[in-house]
Amino acid sequence: MSANMSANMSANGEPLFSDVASGISLVVEDGVAIVTYDAPDAAVNTVNTRVAPVFARCFDEVERNPSITAMVVCSAKPDSWIAGADIDELAQVTTAADGEALSRGGQQLLDRLAALRKPTIAAIHGATLGGGLEVALACQYRIATDHAKTVLALPEVQLGLIPGAGGTQRLPRLIGLQAALEMMLTGKNIRAKKALQLGLIHEMVHPAILRAIAVKRAQQLGRGEAPVLRRRSHGATQMLLEDNALGRRVIFRQARDGVLKKTKGKYPAPFAAIDAVQRGYSDGIEAGLREEAARFGTLAVSPECRQLVSIFFATTALKKDSGLPDGVTAVPRTVRKIGILGAGFMGAGIATVAVQAGSLVRLKDASLERIAAGWRAVRDVLRERVKRRQLTRGQMDDLLSQVGGTVDYSGFGNTDLVIEAVFEDLAVKQQVLREVEAAAPDAIFASNTSTIPIHEIAKAAARPERVIGMHFFSPVHKMPLLEVIVAPDTSAETTATVVQYGRQLGKTVIVVRDGPGFYVNRILAPYINQAGRLLDEGVAIDAIDAALTDFGFPVGPITLLDEVGLDIAGKSGPIMAAAFGARMQPSAALAQVIASGRLGRKVKRGFYRYDEQGKRQGVDEAVYALTTAGSARQSMTATAIQQRTVLPMLNEAVRCLEDGIIRSPRDGDIGAVFGIGFPPFLGGPFRYLDTLGASEAVSQLDALDAQFPGCYTPAALLRTMAASNTRFHPAR
Amino acid sequence: MPSFGNGRRVAIVAGVRTPFARSGTLLKDYTAIDLGRFAVAELVQRTNLDGRLVDLLVYGTVLPSVTAPNIAREVALLPHFPRTVQAYTVGRACASANQAITDAADQIALGHADIAIAGGAESLTQVPILHSRGMSDVLVAASKAKTMAQRLGILARLRPRDFVPITPAIAEPSTGETMGQSADKMAKLNAISREAQDRFAVRSHQYAAAGTADGRLRAEIVPVPHARGAEPMIATDNGIRADSTVEQLAALKPVFDRQYGTVTAGNASPLTDGASAVLLMSEDRAHALGYTPLAFIKSYAYAAVDPGEQLLQAPVLAAPVALARAGLSLRDMDLIDMHEAFAAQVLSNIKGLASAEWAARAGFSAATGDVDESRLNVLGGSLSIGHPFGATGGRIVTTVSNELARRGGQFALLTVCAAGGMGHAMVIERT
Repeated sequence: MSANMSANMSANGEPLFSDVASGISLVVEDGVAIVTYDAPDAAVNTVNTRVAPVFARCFDEVERNPSITAMVVCSAKPDSWIAGADIDELAQVTTAADGEALSRGGQQLLDRLAALRKPTIAAIHGATLGGGLEVALACQYRIATDHAKTVLALPEVQLGLIPGAGGTQRLPRLIGLQAALEMMLTGKNIRAKKALQLGLIHEMVHPAILRAIAVKRAQQLGRGEAPVLRRRSHGATQMLLEDNALGRRVIFRQARDGVLKKTKGKYPAPFAAIDAVQRGYSDGIEAGLREEAARFGTLAVSPECRQLVSIFFATTALKKDSGLPDGVTAVPRTVRKIGILGAGFMGAGIATVAVQAGSLVRLKDASLERIAAGWRAVRDVLRERVKRRQLTRGQMDDLLSQVGGTVDYSGFGNTDLVIEAVFEDLAVKQQVLREVEAAAPDAIFASNTSTIPIHEIAKAAARPERVIGMHFFSPVHKMPLLEVIVAPDTSAETTATVVQYGRQLGKTVIVVRDGPGFYVNRILAPYINQAGRLLDEGVAIDAIDAALTDFGFPVGPITLLDEVGLDIAGKSGPIMAAAFGARMQPSAALAQVIASGRLGRKVKRGFYRYDEQGKRQGVDEAVYALTTAGSARQSMTATAIQQRTVLPMLNEAVRCLEDGIIRSPRDGDIGAVFGIGFPPFLGGPFRYLDTLGASEAVSQLDALDAQFPGCYTPAALLRTMAASNTRFHPAR
Repeated sequence: MPSFGNGRRVAIVAGVRTPFARSGTLLKDYTAIDLGRFAVAELVQRTNLDGRLVDLLVYGTVLPSVTAPNIAREVALLPHFPRTVQAYTVGRACASANQAITDAADQIALGHADIAIAGGAESLTQVPILHSRGMSDVLVAASKAKTMAQRLGILARLRPRDFVPITPAIAEPSTGETMGQSADKMAKLNAISREAQDRFAVRSHQYAAAGTADGRLRAEIVPVPHARGAEPMIATDNGIRADSTVEQLAALKPVFDRQYGTVTAGNASPLTDGASAVLLMSEDRAHALGYTPLAFIKSYAYAAVDPGEQLLQAPVLAAPVALARAGLSLRDMDLIDMHEAFAAQVLSNIKGLASAEWAARAGFSAATGDVDESRLNVLGGSLSIGHPFGATGGRIVTTVSNELARRGGQFALLTVCAAGGMGHAMVIERT
């Protein structure tokens, strides 16, 4: 085809060539080559080794063909331009050298684009991410649409990578060092308006005229006329800092300090990005590109990247998962109006995400005072979004209008789903279930309980097939996980509806079987209990928390208790102990601390001290007197603390798999990472066990079990796997 | 099957309103549009209505926002409705919500709509304040100036008096008479004593207070959150005074005619913020969707008098026409609800209904009849509950429909007087 291509002088508007396999075509219109990318059988366009040679052919043709004066690059996908590198291809990389070669290939292609002797214009509409943005950066001129779906970002660090096709070099030279580092280190989305301010794009236009303006600019540039460019004015501080080596050194140091503080050194990618940028400034672009490729190669095969990519794949797979057992299908019902019982922190949190997902919400509580408080909680979250310019004032008013309040069940008649977030008590939950069945004849009843088995609640139901668990995590608008709990009588339609609705709320949904603590709280319980035991044995509060944040948890277990509320933990503890015995026995300390009135942050008194504003001060050392060991504290290594607490969590996760609580190691990993904050760079409990090795885990557990009988007994499945030397996830 | 006109029968399915709050108080942070949205959003939710089924929204307001004059459309753009829903705003002074309701009912009767929402809203806190004529002339001229020098030259024409803003007055543009002056004049013409007015005002407060205490009025109210602060929802009217006495009211000084007047702040309705909304359906659609209507619209009429004569007496002309169209007489009415702009006006209206002379002006040979006090405004009225101009009609239709259903009555008459010498009357029926 390529031989034909050059010979063929096509008529205006006829494709000069069209490559079916890659979805790339080239049309010449009034002397402008319009290269359109429309990857076949894919929702979005990606950058990969299959399309690279086709793009290269386009570039050759543009350069060679005298009837072409300039080139415009477009996407034919509705709301995305080029959404990044092909992650599947990245996952195939097995050696650092392969990874480096992949990066070099990308760099060379885009160098070729950047060096094209005819003007190149990126006509951007939709998500332009990672490698996609790098393509745009290599064009001479960028026009983006003023549209909510148009966002530009370099999110590679979120997968443990760095931009690998020249992005670390081109971006800082375009928008300045500080802005570029921020984009690369956070991966955050930049909207068109902000991109214009940053100088990341030259123009912002309405989507309807994107193509026409792009062609017009291409013609002007092709004639050598420079269109009026809005030149970004550098601020004085920016000039002082960025335009000299000394100032840049300050910036790089601050960037590294910031990353270290945020990641505790657990993620190598941000540092690699800073290094690559710095190398480019100190030794020139060529050296910078070599550094970028080398670091990209190393990162591509790093365990951190592997685990982050595995999480990416797992969440992608979960988005397509109906939540039903294999072979079972059901058509999910559309949820337009939901009822929420209890306008407290949880209920209001659910309302907040529900209105943003387009639902009408009927908030019921015992008094208008409580409803008013719930309404304000919704408003406060939305106001914050207005402040961050994620919503307009009018959009906020519309969302708020979707929340209605009632002290009886008025307006529940046409609800499709009712979620209860009332007091954690079986009798209360059964009572509201009966009321909902009477008031909302068509609704699914979902309990947001964190401890009470769903089938117990469902015993009060006239329609148990419509009863299910929806375990949200607090704060609902921030926590990405939803644990859906299916009881024996729950129908497939109910499950499918709730799973789909959970996804509509923007949550990653795992479906688990009914049982005490379900999955997330069940694996959390032995972890928290063992942290409590350590307190009893005389380990310092801050030492325990520090060991586990060092392990990679966002907060330590003692801090977590303060945040969640000790009374809540105190309530679920005995339930879990009754169900599972010794390994779930709460520590003696916990009961004593609760009895002393320390319920955590909400009462400004917990394991830590809080000031009047609720700002946390130091450890409350008075707590130690309430522990078995008394005021005396002994030191313990971080590794020992981590083993004592994390191993029982891993072990419990395996038991959940064994008991059929979770359907797969994948769900177990995602539940722990998104529900508890299990370190993402470890991939989740099952991936971490694979890294550790089942036999190593068993021997560590056995050793501890000898010391603390019954608390560390390895799960039978884990022993079997150790014996047969097998893994939870297939090896790469 | 009874109907009004020759069209389909129109059901009043439900009605709600925001709390009515004296202007400048609890609802001061909300515009009329905000208030209308609160009422309509809750009406949709409370009635389990699928907003996609609504064909039409008609809304009334007396002082429209200069920047968003079609309040109906702004309210209809709530996310509860499809963007395709029809919406328009009507104005008939204090009977604007009634006009909205009868317009919507007409559309249903004609078969142009099956489900409509009608009502109205008013903020007498957030009223448009206008620049003086002189200021407007200069600003318009300055905006057309080409150079800065020209612009400054034009601005230099401004005089101190041009800076005095114009606030909307409740006065008749045709006569210059304020509504209070008209009411005072009606008290004199119809020989309504100060004591009778004060007594009627106290009655209004007592009935409204009783209706609030036993929950009948609270049931129609949409709780509205405070725009600021952490107080509970606003869920009751704040103008009703259970402890109001004739003695207290007697101590107040007349406002409009300080020498011989009888109209005081105590026997006139207060400036009020609030909104109302009523859900109307064709009878067939209401039944198909499983609704039990509160009542049906039997008939209605509008009438008008010379604004310079007795500005608020037109209900006396509208009522006999509405009754005649319904084929009923005043005696058939289980409930009568008369809008209370002023005690003097209600008492004048009652006298007018009993007068053969007024009946003759409406083309009837006999007086419309005597109003049975025990059936009149049994839950108070605008004197106590308050009077957000554009919203009141929706409140009255809601209250009367609910009360008629509660009492198991058959017919009710409601009347509303309006600026410009206009009046409205409607007969509703159950089953």
